[in-house]
Formats: sequence, structure tokens, C-alpha cells
Amino acid sequence: MIEAKNVNFYYGNFQALKDISMVMDDHTVTAFIGPSGCGKSTFLRLFNRMNELIANTRLTGECLVNGENIYQKSIDVTELRKKIGMVFQKPNPFPQSIFENVAYGLRVDGVKDKHFIKQRVEESLVSAALWNEVKDKLKKSAFELSGGQQQRLCIARALAISPSIILMDEPASALDPISTSKIEDLIHVLKKDYTIVIVTHNMQQAARVSDKTGFFMLGTLIEYNDTRKMFLNPEKEETQNYITGRFG
Amino acid sequence: MKRILERIVELLLTISGAITTIVILLIVVFLFREGLGLFQSSNVEKGYCLCVNTENTVLQLTPFQIKQIFDEEIDNWEKLGGPDEEIVVFRFSDSFLDSYSEEELGKNLEFLPEKLGEVIRGTPGIIAYLPVQYQPINQRGVRILQDGKIKLSDFLGGSEWIPTATPSPQFGVLPLILGTLWVSLFAILIALPLGLGVAIYLSELAGEQMRKILKPAIELLAGIPSVVYGFFGLVIIVPLIQKGFHLPVGETAFAGSIILAIMALPTIITVAEDAMQTTPQAMREASLALGANHWQTIYKVIIPYSISGISAAVVLGIGRAIGETMAVLMVTGNAAVIPHSLFEPVRTIPATIAAELGEAPSGGPHYQALFMLGCILFLITLVVSISAEIISKNKSQAKGI
Ligand SMILES: Nc1ncnc2c1ncn2[C@@H]1O[C@H](COP(=O)(O)OP(=O)(O)OP(=O)(O)O)[C@@H](O)[C@H]1O
Ligand SMILES: [Mg+2]
Repeated sequence: MIEAKNVNFYYGNFQALKDISMVMDDHTVTAFIGPSGCGKSTFLRLFNRMNELIANTRLTGECLVNGENIYQKSIDVTELRKKIGMVFQKPNPFPQSIFENVAYGLRVDGVKDKHFIKQRVEESLVSAALWNEVKDKLKKSAFELSGGQQQRLCIARALAISPSIILMDEPASALDPISTSKIEDLIHVLKKDYTIVIVTHNMQQAARVSDKTGFFMLGTLIEYNDTRKMFLNPEKEETQNYITGRFG
Repeated sequence: MKRILERIVELLLTISGAITTIVILLIVVFLFREGLGLFQSSNVEKGYCLCVNTENTVLQLTPFQIKQIFDEEIDNWEKLGGPDEEIVVFRFSDSFLDSYSEEELGKNLEFLPEKLGEVIRGTPGIIAYLPVQYQPINQRGVRILQDGKIKLSDFLGGSEWIPTATPSPQFGVLPLILGTLWVSLFAILIALPLGLGVAIYLSELAGEQMRKILKPAIELLAGIPSVVYGFFGLVIIVPLIQKGFHLPVGETAFAGSIILAIMALPTIITVAEDAMQTTPQAMREASLALGANHWQTIYKVIIPYSISGISAAVVLGIGRAIGETMAVLMVTGNAAVIPHSLFEPVRTIPATIAAELGEAPSGGPHYQALFMLGCILFLITLVVSISAEIISKNKSQAKGI
């Protein structure tokens, strides 16, 4: 379970998130939608503490994963990130082979067992629906894959260290319709084992893949509801306007 | 209209590219053309010849053998494959003239060759070093030694560099090559870890503030003229080394290495740092998001990603070290001997060229030998950059770039 309690977040003096509270349940897909610059990525990145890499930022409120405040001192941030995988907007494979990309998380975790690594790499690639396309060229550079394949490779890479939560920041925005639908199918399958939070600009995509949807605007969470309800019968006028393309 | 303009710009770019390439090629051709003349020149000083007794079976001598004979390091023809006869060195001099009367030699010394011939005929073990105009031609018992050419093996394999030696100048380049490599090697051994360390620090660890101060400061260091470094080395480092290691002189290969390392550092640091900075933020985030810590991200992602830039830094650093002239000239003591330790004076190729080109008569063997040194320097740097290219290519292939 992921929970945000009265979260405020600042880039310098600019407040990007305003008093956000919400709960995301296990084994559900939660989608964040909202106009560009409303703080979806910022909010998502709070949960694997990625925003810490940016200088001059400040957080108030609490972010909890399974009831534990992930910003308390006793938390080891590398351990936290091993439990919470992330897939980025643009595919960002490492300048290494396909195999090494997927094995990366295991290797930095200190896993030495070659047999286990091999098995885990294969499992992850199968889960990411990429295995059949790359099984004969695992030694090839990851850069030789197409954009869609690279993105699924990045998903496989995140799956390989067996996280319980996967954060996805517009994972299909750089992809063609076929690759996009492959990734959406994948999300459906992964839902059984993982808790997934996905940011998307594509309303249909949010409607297709998610169980719950949060609508953000200018740093505030306007509405958070079951996806079906949200798209058929939203409670807030702003949501209605945004979904029907009449926001502004 | 626009098309024509584009055409013109295209043409200009092509032309400037072609001109640059041709100029570089011409420089290389010129270097080699001047240098290769060395192997056409005689191994005896110009205007002189060497004569022996006809009983002597030795036909030809290498420059180094000639030097050994005249330095009396070889005293028997047997060692050179000739008869068992003690070598008698004869240098033509005024005192030889004085031992004859004016009538005996003739007004214009026209009988001098005859007299020289007599001496040579009378001394089986003799080797005479004579001006060509007095050589005893076609005289019984006298053989003029065949004029050997300086060979590539004399040049590359020779262990003595004494361009002004008579009768045969010594152009053994070995001590200079070894001196250059020796000084450069240790310079790189010092500069590489330090430089890459600082580059990593600057790029990945230093705060914004720190980088803003350090980076321009380091870039500034790269612009300081090398004489200034040399002066600094001479005044500070040389005495320190002399005292610190209790040496007779502080001007050693070690001093050269330290100065070169200091000089190569700014280049290595800035180029390597720039390369690491080009690693996309997305790449770092991907690594950290997988639970890698800062160090793992540095050596598993950032360094492989920027490896070609880093190897460029290495090549530029080595290039700077190998080609540097002034500073090294000032602090290494300039003794053209094969180095056995870091704490001996050495002499590098660029320092030799700089020090001697002014005094070498244009077109002579010494001059040509200095050009040949330039060619060797060129080849060394070529080998360094090609091997760096190969290494970085292999590395990136292994990493899958
Ligand atoms: N590194 C940063 N420094 C300063 N301000 C930032 C930074 N990153 C984001 N912001 C600001 O915070 C706000 C929220 O940005 P965020 O990236 O979370 O938006 P988003 O909802 O993900 O937008 P998009 O849909 O375009 O990705 C924006 O106004 C943005 O300008
Ligand atoms: Mg975003």
C-alpha cells in the first residue's frame, strides 16, 4: 500500500505539489492524469526518492509504503529503490548488452550466482513480453533495439530485481500504437503481482489500464476515484472539462 | 538563389577540409623527406676519409666501430674481423706537417699525400683520418676505406648520441627514445589516476559551488606557457628532489615526469570531465532507480558511457607528455644516456631537437638526424593514438555501445 499524507513539495521557492493526500492499494493500477506541468511526475518520483537528486528541493508531509515513512532517517534509499521499480518516459537503456541491462539490478545488488542471474534475466524478459524478440541476441547492444523494444527492456530491467511496486512515468508516450498496446497488455498481466502507478497523457490509456485514476491540476489533486466512475461520471467540473478536452 | 548559396558554402567547406588534409600530409612528407636523407650521408665527417694499410682485411666500419677505434676502446683489428694487429690511430695534424721540411712537402703540399702514403705503408695496423684533398690515391700499400652510409640499424640501434663526434658522428637514437618514453611513462602513471580522480570528483561529487570555482581554475592552468612550468620545476621541484633523495643533481627523469604530469593534468581533467558530463541524466536516474549507489553508477554507467571521451583525454595527456619540449629541457639534465633509473638525468626527443637544431648546419647529417627524430616522435604519437582508438573501440564493443 502506498500512501501520501498532506504532501507539499517545493523546487526552490516554487511549490509544485500542494497538500496531497491519497492511498493506492496493492495489486491495483493507479493512473495519474492532468495537464502538463501539474506535478504528476514530481509526485510519482517522491515514492522512490528520485527528487532528492535535484538540488534545492523540500518536502513536507509523509510518504508511506506499507505503513512505513520512506523519508525517515533509518531508511536505506538503495534498498528502498530495489523494492520500488521505475520506468521512465523515454527508454533509457544502459550502453551495455541486452543481457547486462536486465542483469544490472542484480549485479549492483551483489548477486554472483551466474545461473540465477541467467534465469532471472530470462524470466524478466518473458514477463516484459520481449523474450521471443531478443533471445537470440542477448549479447547485442541494447541500442540496437527499436524504441518500443527498448522500453520493454527497461520494464524487464525493473522487473528483474523483483520489486513490489512499479512506478511508470508516461512509459508509452514515445512509442507507436503497436508498441503501446503491447505495453498496456503487459500492465494488465503485471497487475497480478505488482502494484503499479502510471502517469499518462493518454486518456484512453488511463481508462484502459487503470483501476483508479487521480486527476492533478496545478499541483493539487482535484479528484481521485475509480477509473470507471471518473471517466463516466466525474464528481468535479474540472475533471469533466479536462476529460472532454475543455479545460483551461 | 538559396541553392546557389548553399552550394558555395558546401564548396568552401570541402575546399578548406581538403587544404587542411593536404597541408598535414605535406608536413609529414617534408619531415620524412628531410629525415631520410640521413641514410644517404656518409658515416665519416664530410671532407675527410679513413685510410688503412692494404694488409688490413677490414673493408668497412660502422659509425660506432669508428668511434670505438678513435676512443681507443678497441685496440686490435682482430676484434673487427681483421688480422691480429694492434690498431694505430693516426689523426692528421699540423705537428705531422712540422716533422717534414718545406722541400719535402712541396710548395703547395703537393707531396703530402705521398708522405702520408709512406706512413700508412709502413704501419700495418694504422687507421688514418685524413682530409680528402690529401688522401694518398693509388699508392702502393694504401687502401682508402669504403665510404659507408649511415644505416637504419646504426640509427635505431645505436646507444650513443654524439652528433659532433669526429671522425664519425654518432646518431644512436636509443637513449633519446628511451628517455622520452621513460619520462612520459612515469608522467602518465602519475597524471592518469590523479586526473581521472579529479575529473570524477568534479563531475559527480563536487557541489555546484565547488565546480564553479575549480573548473575555470583548472582550465586556466592549461593555458600557462610551458617555460613557466619549466621554471617552476627548476626552482622548486629540482631542489626538492635533490634534497629529498640525496642525489648529486636534482635534474632527473623524475623531475621531468612530475612537471609533465602537472602539465598534462589540466588537459586530462577537463576533457574527461566534459565527457562524463555528457552522460544523460536519464542514464544516472535509471541506474539509481535500480538500487545502485553513487559509486556503482559512476563505474558501471558513467565511465562506460563516456569511455571514448575519457580515452581522448588519455591520448591528449600522453601526447602532451611525449611532445612537450621546454619544461622537460629545463629540468631533466639533458644527458643522452640510456636511463637505468628515474633518478638519472635523461634527454628526450623534443628537447634534443629544440636544443640542437639551431647549431646543426642545414642539410648536413646532424640536421637530417634531427628531422628523423621528428619522424620518430610522429610515429610514437601515431602508435599511441591508434592503440587508444583500438582500446576504446574494444571497450565500447564489449559494453555494447
Ligand atoms: N527540476 C526542476 N526544477 C524546478 N522546477 C521543476 C523541476 N522539475 C519540474 N519542475 C516544475 O514543477 C512543476 C511540475 O512538474 P512535473 O514534471 O511534475 O509535471 P508533469 O505533470 O509531470 O508534467 P508533464 O506531463 O509535462 O510531464 C512544473 O511547473 C515544473 O516546471
Ligand atoms: Mg512528467
